[in-house]
Amino acid sequence: MIAILIRDMRLAMRAGGGFGLGLAFFLIVVVLVPFGVGPQSALLSKIAPGILWVGALLACLLSLDRIFALDYEDGSLDLLATAPVPLEGVVAMKAVAHWLTTGLPLTIAAPFLGVLLNMPDAGYGWLVVTLAVGTPALSFIGTFGAALTVGLKRGGLLLSLLVLPLYVPTLIFGAEALRRGAQGFDNTTPLLMLAGITAGVIALLPFVAAATIRINLR
Amino acid sequence: MKVTNLAVARGGVAVLDRVDFTLAAGQVLLLRGPNGIGKTTLLRSLAGLQPALEGEVEVAPDAITYGAHADGLKSTLTVSENLKFWAQVYGVADIAPALAAFNLEDLASRTSHNLSAGQKRRLGLARLLVTGRKIWALDEPTVSLDVASVALFADAVRAHCAGGGAALIATHIDLGIKADVLDLTGNKARPRDLAGFDEAFE
Repeated sequence: MIAILIRDMRLAMRAGGGFGLGLAFFLIVVVLVPFGVGPQSALLSKIAPGILWVGALLACLLSLDRIFALDYEDGSLDLLATAPVPLEGVVAMKAVAHWLTTGLPLTIAAPFLGVLLNMPDAGYGWLVVTLAVGTPALSFIGTFGAALTVGLKRGGLLLSLLVLPLYVPTLIFGAEALRRGAQGFDNTTPLLMLAGITAGVIALLPFVAAATIRINLR
Repeated sequence: MKVTNLAVARGGVAVLDRVDFTLAAGQVLLLRGPNGIGKTTLLRSLAGLQPALEGEVEVAPDAITYGAHADGLKSTLTVSENLKFWAQVYGVADIAPALAAFNLEDLASRTSHNLSAGQKRRLGLARLLVTGRKIWALDEPTVSLDVASVALFADAVRAHCAGGGAALIATHIDLGIKADVLDLTGNKARPRDLAGFDEAFE
């Protein structure tokens, strides 16, 4: 199973692998918002948590359709399904690889981009914490969506429509935890809810996604 | 492996039924039949990728490896990286014999993006050797191979069978291997009512 993780990481790093795609998109969104809003630093610092979370969420969404589509097209998914590794493990490893190539770079880059949005000082730590806790949920939910649309030509749009509503709770609690943290309030409740969502989807969705792939491969 | 009265369906339509055969160690069985008769569907069912409509397949667990039309290669990985990945998945340490069997040693550090169709196919077939599984279920393995490569493939199948393996090969050409033939033309499924067969909710 580690071999699958290493292979997916290697594929993402090689030319055309999509590493940096989400990061570049995140950068563009966060850089453009201050231009759109204008030089109102008070307003910017107020909306910074929301913008950063929405940007991270959309950046995650961008690379989801690659998770299984490429393996389906070249036949590797058939071969992985008949290999002596549980398909649930394959799915989990693919989600982890997606997080390592998308969620983790976003989490690391976010504080630098927070400066552009005039984020309150207290928010930087919480920005990293909420993204680190929340983005794994985005990757695992997205992997489930990708499993649902595997085998569909141009399934990207359908995938986005399926996954977006599932992303909403993560976004609400993630942005709320960050907003409260940045303003110096107690944010234990939204942070616990966020962590709960992440733990739940990591525990459940690999099994659902694997079952979905088995049906889609028939 | 013993198959009794197997029926398989593709896209909700029964394509083959009453398929009976046995495959003993060391045996090569060639599947013949016109295009669309259901050779691929049969192989996918045996490999466990889709459920059979009816019938029994008696086979040891984890005995079959499936070789499809697509080779499952990653174009940005090199030949040896592609092969090493499958070797690790199947827990096999050494890929050198597989590279040698399909004459891929000189290509080992090339990315598979730069290989010709025949070279890709050879790499796809080399994967069979690193699986270490007894039964090869192969779907048109010789597509885009030249005469010399077909001979390499035939040698690999002979060596596999000599080592106690077996092979089930859907093909239209003569491989030059001593093999039994299973002609599926007579197994075309009779029309049957599959109403209520909902593949998502069965």
